[in-house]
Amino acid sequence: MAMEYSEKVMEHFAHPHNVGVIEDADGVGEVGNAKCGDIMKMFLKVDDGIITDVKFQTFGCASAIATSSIATDMIKGQPISEALKLTNQAVVEALDGLPAVKVHCSVLAEQAIKAAIADYYKRQGIDNDLSRCADCEGCCGHDHGAEEED
Amino acid sequence: MFVYADNAATTAVSETAINAMTKALRETYGNPSSLHQKGREASAALRQARETMAKYLGAESREIYFTGCGTESDNWALRYAAKAGAAKGKKHIISTPIEHHAILHTLEDLEKDGFEVTLLPVYDNGIVRVEDLKNAIREDTCLVSVMYANNEIGSIQPIAEIGKVCRERGVLFHTDAVQAAGHLPINVVEQNIDMLSLSGHKFHAPKGVGALYCRRGIPIQPFIYGGAQERGKRAGTEALPSIIAMAAAFAESCEHMEENMARVSKMRDRLIAGLKQIPFSRLTGDETNRLPGMVSFCFEGIEGESLLLRLDMAGICASSGSACTSGSLDPSHVLLAIGLPHEIAHGSLRLSLCEYNTEEEVDYILQQVPQVVRTLREMSPVWARMMEQYPNPYKD
Repeated sequence: MAMEYSEKVMEHFAHPHNVGVIEDADGVGEVGNAKCGDIMKMFLKVDDGIITDVKFQTFGCASAIATSSIATDMIKGQPISEALKLTNQAVVEALDGLPAVKVHCSVLAEQAIKAAIADYYKRQGIDNDLSRCADCEGCCGHDHGAEEED
Repeated sequence: MFVYADNAATTAVSETAINAMTKALRETYGNPSSLHQKGREASAALRQARETMAKYLGAESREIYFTGCGTESDNWALRYAAKAGAAKGKKHIISTPIEHHAILHTLEDLEKDGFEVTLLPVYDNGIVRVEDLKNAIREDTCLVSVMYANNEIGSIQPIAEIGKVCRERGVLFHTDAVQAAGHLPINVVEQNIDMLSLSGHKFHAPKGVGALYCRRGIPIQPFIYGGAQERGKRAGTEALPSIIAMAAAFAESCEHMEENMARVSKMRDRLIAGLKQIPFSRLTGDETNRLPGMVSFCFEGIEGESLLLRLDMAGICASSGSACTSGSLDPSHVLLAIGLPHEIAHGSLRLSLCEYNTEEEVDYILQQVPQVVRTLREMSPVWARMMEQYPNPYKD
């Protein structure tokens, strides 16, 4: 069955924002695995608790690239505390919905951000309890409470 | 530029088929089972269509049964052979892991009924070896079903040799020729084929019509019960306009087969040679023994759905066997069966050409695909990791 993506998804897929690498990143997080067909890697630059820059690299389908693009937009310039509140539902909503089988991509985006922040905390020597879906890394398609959209 | 390069999925309906079909819709509306003149007219048109199909398969017209699609033909052939086998206590079937789901899912269902299925290895070129078949045939083997040519990688199977072995061993041989019919020469007698499935829309007929060839003497039983259509074997009023269109399209494809094969395979080979220039790419399927229009590749470091949609944005219609295009987490069973790891199978691209494609379109594809592959690689962490090990071909 042909996948129906929203215009917003196609726009971010065609012209993704924040693609690239931050060489001197303060935090780097990577989730997913190539076997399942999706990997997201996020790079953060943090200044005084604020995410001043964010870049991503993604291997995956159109929705994986689009969710990476919009999720990085959503946390750029935000305090870490706000970025941690970003949920996959918010990412799905910002994209005007994702096909049900693609909701796991938004979970990956949320996880990638949390992984990058966890890495930042680790480098800063700050304790944290950022939990990730360590077993499946989003690969299993856990929707983590997200509403499935058509 | 717009390029339709997904002819293995379906083809554009030919003018010949459209004309034959619209004429039939307007004029030949009678029910072939009716006794009056409109019925007789329809019945004659049906007979003619059957003769045409038979002629180009090397069959007799009474050996042709019209169906709703290739999948129905496959289901019918397998279910019949299984039932006939079970009646003799033979419940072993041989097939391949790269069959279409119409075969594989039917086999899975038969396994639930106690049938044992052996899938022959297809090796990295996607082709079965006749020796393996000889070794796999047992006393209780009731059917061998091997596709004529594969729909994802284009590999052509040694059908005549397989047919010969099956005939010698007294085992029914069915082939799913959905991708081959109208594109490759078929002769059911010379190739010792007992049953063959085909589908009209793969050779420029409309969707919703197919056929099953079943050799005379095989007492095939109905799959769909009802009226006396198709000599009592396939009930339901015949889709006459579609059947007429399919016969017209099949005749046209078969009459021009030699020239089409030459022209299409020339474009295919130019595309293959050009796409091979892309670093970390690989052709899937056999180098030469492949469908005339089939160009199938894997590009490392990228994912097929992204590739497909970017090409779509550039006006090129193609296909991929990646997980994301299948709606599951696993990439195509065909690519896995020829030994590709998941990570590489995710980056698959299938371009399938037909005689309607042009050299200019090939030029355009050759210009677009390398660019799109490069763009996606430049945002891929998998590619970035590969480039820590190898010199980056995109660095000036």
